[in-house]
Amino acid sequence: MDKKYGVYICTGCGIGEALDVEGLSGIAEENGMPVKTHEAVCSEAGRQVIKDDMANDGVNIPVICACSPRVWKEEFNFGEGTITVRANLREGVVWSMEKPSEERSQEVINEFTNELAQDYMRMACTQAKKIDIPEASQQETTNRRILVMGGGIAGLTAAREAAKAGHDVLLVEKTDKLGGKALGWRKQLPTKAPWSSLEESSIQELVSAVETDSRITVKTGTEVARVAGAPGDFKITLKTTGTRTEWDAPFRVTVDEQDKIEKGEMEDPNQGFRPYTEGNPDAEVVGAVILATGWVPADVSEFEHLGHGKLANVVTNAEFEKLAKEGKVPANVAFIQSPGGEDNDKDFPYANSVTSMVALKQAGYVREDNPDGKAYILYQHMRTPGNMELFYKGAQNNDGIFMTKATVTGVEEEGGALVVKAKNTLLQEDLDLQVDMVVLGAGMRPTTADASTINLSYRQGPGFLDLELFDGYADSNFICFPYETRRTGVYTCGGVRKATDMVETIDDACGAALKAIQCIESSDRGVSVHPRSGDNSYPEFYFQRCTQCKRCTEECPFGALDDDEKGTPLPNPTRCRRCGTCMGACPERIISFKNYSIDMIGSMVKAVDVPDDDEDKLRIVAFVCENDAYPCIDMAAMRNVSLNSLVRIIPVRCLGSVNMVWIKDAMSSGMDGALLLGCKFGDDYQCHFVKGSEIADKRMANIGETLGSLGLEPERCAVRQVAITDYDKVSDVINEFIDEIMELGPNPFKGF
Amino acid sequence: MTDERSAPSGAVLVVGGGISGLTAALEAAEVGQDVFLVEKNPSLGGRVAQLNQYFPKLCPPSCGLEINYQRIKNNRKIRVHTMTEVKSVSGGPGNYQVTLTVNPRYVNSNCTCCNACVDACQDEVDNPFNFGMDKVKAIRKPHEHAFPARYVLDKDACSSASLDAIVGACKYDAVELDMQAKEITVDVASIIWATGWNPYDPNNLENLKFNSSQAIISNMMMERLASVNGPTGGKILRPGDNAEPASFAFVQCAGSRDENHLEYCSYICCMASMKQINYIRAQYPEAPITVFYIDLRTPGKYEKFREKLMADENITWIKGKVADIVAENDGSVTLIAEDAVTGNKAQAKVDLAVLATGMQPAISDQAKALGLTTDDNNFVVSQEEGMISAGCAKKASDVVTCAQSATAAAMKAIQASRR
Repeated sequence: MDKKYGVYICTGCGIGEALDVEGLSGIAEENGMPVKTHEAVCSEAGRQVIKDDMANDGVNIPVICACSPRVWKEEFNFGEGTITVRANLREGVVWSMEKPSEERSQEVINEFTNELAQDYMRMACTQAKKIDIPEASQQETTNRRILVMGGGIAGLTAAREAAKAGHDVLLVEKTDKLGGKALGWRKQLPTKAPWSSLEESSIQELVSAVETDSRITVKTGTEVARVAGAPGDFKITLKTTGTRTEWDAPFRVTVDEQDKIEKGEMEDPNQGFRPYTEGNPDAEVVGAVILATGWVPADVSEFEHLGHGKLANVVTNAEFEKLAKEGKVPANVAFIQSPGGEDNDKDFPYANSVTSMVALKQAGYVREDNPDGKAYILYQHMRTPGNMELFYKGAQNNDGIFMTKATVTGVEEEGGALVVKAKNTLLQEDLDLQVDMVVLGAGMRPTTADASTINLSYRQGPGFLDLELFDGYADSNFICFPYETRRTGVYTCGGVRKATDMVETIDDACGAALKAIQCIESSDRGVSVHPRSGDNSYPEFYFQRCTQCKRCTEECPFGALDDDEKGTPLPNPTRCRRCGTCMGACPERIISFKNYSIDMIGSMVKAVDVPDDDEDKLRIVAFVCENDAYPCIDMAAMRNVSLNSLVRIIPVRCLGSVNMVWIKDAMSSGMDGALLLGCKFGDDYQCHFVKGSEIADKRMANIGETLGSLGLEPERCAVRQVAITDYDKVSDVINEFIDEIMELGPNPFKGF
Repeated sequence: MTDERSAPSGAVLVVGGGISGLTAALEAAEVGQDVFLVEKNPSLGGRVAQLNQYFPKLCPPSCGLEINYQRIKNNRKIRVHTMTEVKSVSGGPGNYQVTLTVNPRYVNSNCTCCNACVDACQDEVDNPFNFGMDKVKAIRKPHEHAFPARYVLDKDACSSASLDAIVGACKYDAVELDMQAKEITVDVASIIWATGWNPYDPNNLENLKFNSSQAIISNMMMERLASVNGPTGGKILRPGDNAEPASFAFVQCAGSRDENHLEYCSYICCMASMKQINYIRAQYPEAPITVFYIDLRTPGKYEKFREKLMADENITWIKGKVADIVAENDGSVTLIAEDAVTGNKAQAKVDLAVLATGMQPAISDQAKALGLTTDDNNFVVSQEEGMISAGCAKKASDVVTCAQSATAAAMKAIQASRR
């Protein structure tokens, strides 16, 4: 692009009073950029100055030296063909200025502060020179059809809702008919106010609505062998249920395992399967995938004291429902919700509140079928959240349903009847309940717990990556963004995510359908989905210099990169979330975005003026996650917390995008330390790109070794975890790091 | 009257800018739909902006809000109107005309957030963000993380001298004392009602004597006390005397599961209290804590969260509904209940008692006037063709379920727009 710069320095909000604006202007001029000052660049008049320059002089890269890039973002977006660069002089310099003390006079503080502002000017001018306008990476065609795997309530709902929004749907069900578990229900839980009574099952209506919908193609008796490709262009190979084909999704083979296979030290687990990158000419094409393969009844055999499998008439809730559907249920039935006896008060594994509700439902069958029937529900915690409390209340009003908190210690057979033994009941006495049948409130085990299910033909393997963290559920770690998976364009709903009731399942499926449509639309526009929604930048690879080290393919949190036989990455642009983890991973530095590149950030680091003869003027570069740590620092500044003026902050998309060459750049230009501030990692990770901060931490451990070999202390580089609300702590976190650097003394290579 | 009827047809109106409204608006806009997002308060974020952490991850809500705000800033399909309420709705599915009232903020878009007005302002008001537990200036940014980042003036709370000083202090002509309420009409294909919830008023719970002692607080007040930007800078102290409590109690189902108050279960309070026990444990590692409950509703993946706390020997769990709270002379309170398992009277004298008050739909009486269908408890019932409810306006829910329900609502809106 033909670049035309214009630098605009704001003198409002205290900037003009605190800083030497003339000196700052001088830096822009040294960089050959015309500069203007304004008392409020953000005001309409201020923005008009920029617009006029754009119209009259063709300025297309305005460099706005004012407030934090987090504020006035929309107002400083001048539309297509322009790109705005920001220097954070307000929050980053003036508002976070040190207060004078006995140790430091105002004069000294002013000197340090102006040096900080000047560096931010240099960095912004450098950024402007190195930045480019991204061009959306367009697919040739975008397929708008949606694959739904699973024909139960969740899958049927997702299919129906997507069709209602105008999308064709391919619905695949492995059994020979649609309807899933609901086909076996005698009645269903209430789905609407007044929430008090059971409803006739609505599954047949839903099945016929799907079967008669001209937009929906149903394939029963069918499984998905493999899902290849990427959003907007997934290639789906189908197969007859239960068969094994050469197109089945290959197992995951790690880089190490691949080495062993090549050396003949390990057998290739994928012999007989087509290579994962091979295209199947007969594949169905879809734009997005919804996984709704549901659940299976969870095993209860570990609870031997309850007698399932040993005593006749001890059944699970799923087995009882079948009996109830096929005919009459016995007159005296006990429902056991919590199997832990005196050890614990938890419900059955893979249970949820839905198992409490199912017990209430099934207690109702006992009463329907037997005028004098008695149903006993023995629970530790009756779980009927929200409106389901009204359903519970309805059951409490039923004369023949008896409910109590109870510690069930065992089920025994005595004289042809079953006896349930319970302690700690609300009757203040131990119980020996004689019943005809015992029903165990077994949980719902997600199908994802036992098989990869989604069968992706990806370099990183066929399944979801974090199943263990979620006990086998294909769930998300994000409370605010529950649909986000680590496989772009693949969304999950229903029983694979959570054991739940119909109301929540229907919402969940409806939401998953929306996300699928949204992903297709975003792919078509060549832009990213969450969390960098709408971002049209894309990492470009300079393959001539690729050494096939496979780090980018391995580290991408979203499995966006496949590779060829040699190991050269094969990008899938529509799987990419633009976090830049690949850019951070590449030791050859061949991956960059037009507007966020190795060269751009590296040059910004090198633009910092490093005094080589002043021990008080150490220089520390901080790469700061723009999602959490940067706003945290901004808010600290708003509270007038002093931030150390030796630090030069560079916001990054994610710590995962930090390439270690930037640290080397900093050290070789004489800077004294490098600090990475990013999100919490571990099981409760807060990184929006899942693995970024964790990967950065690992990389930094390794660079420590590299620095050591150069004769620099590894302690000069560090990663610290900062939450967005740590604004009361972040200044101390930075200062503690700088104290450590001060103890080490200046970089010995300064000035070389 | 401003007319925004030039908006392309098929637009979606989202009422309420809390987590559900934000989610619904963004999910629809990122499909490509035009969206109007209206919020009656001066900034977005709703109830979750007042929370210290989410369960079960114990992560800050502003982390997700920040992403959502960035998504709004990057998306030209969304138009946000704060301080705005729905006045009337006419038309029908696919073609609603909605009149909105924009209340005066008295601060215009020139505001740079420089804070000079706050220093000049002499009048203080009870801080609504902190449930009145501290004072703030009558002109202010609602809180650090407020979006849009713009100040708001509580004009009626100011003396004329203060108003003059405020106007005089602003270098950017941002304070407009003669700003008037104005009306906007929008044409939309569907409306998503994400009007959220209010904490149930503990004053209604006569036996719990909320007003008799400063040692009785609501769970939402506890969120503010534990928040770094709360009235105590994040230190859990007893309101009034700022004493460090040596003991705590939680009163579950304060208003919920009770025919005289809220007959439904408020869904989140068990987990919320357990989350707050984590706040306490971070500051008072050994303080005795008593929890009075009916059932512990921590199903499924929340059981792990509960399990950790059940192992804490300084927490006593009593199945029993609190019948009475007595204010003691030493500033503490005594809670009295019947232990449902033993049948004995259970009591606990504590320095701070937290009422786990439930959720009440915020829309209440206004719903019928706007043509909405509600159930007996004032939850909004969706109508297939274009009046769509989401989040806690629909049913009491946790944040994850709100996000799911809001995404589902966006789907219904997209269908209405494409029809």
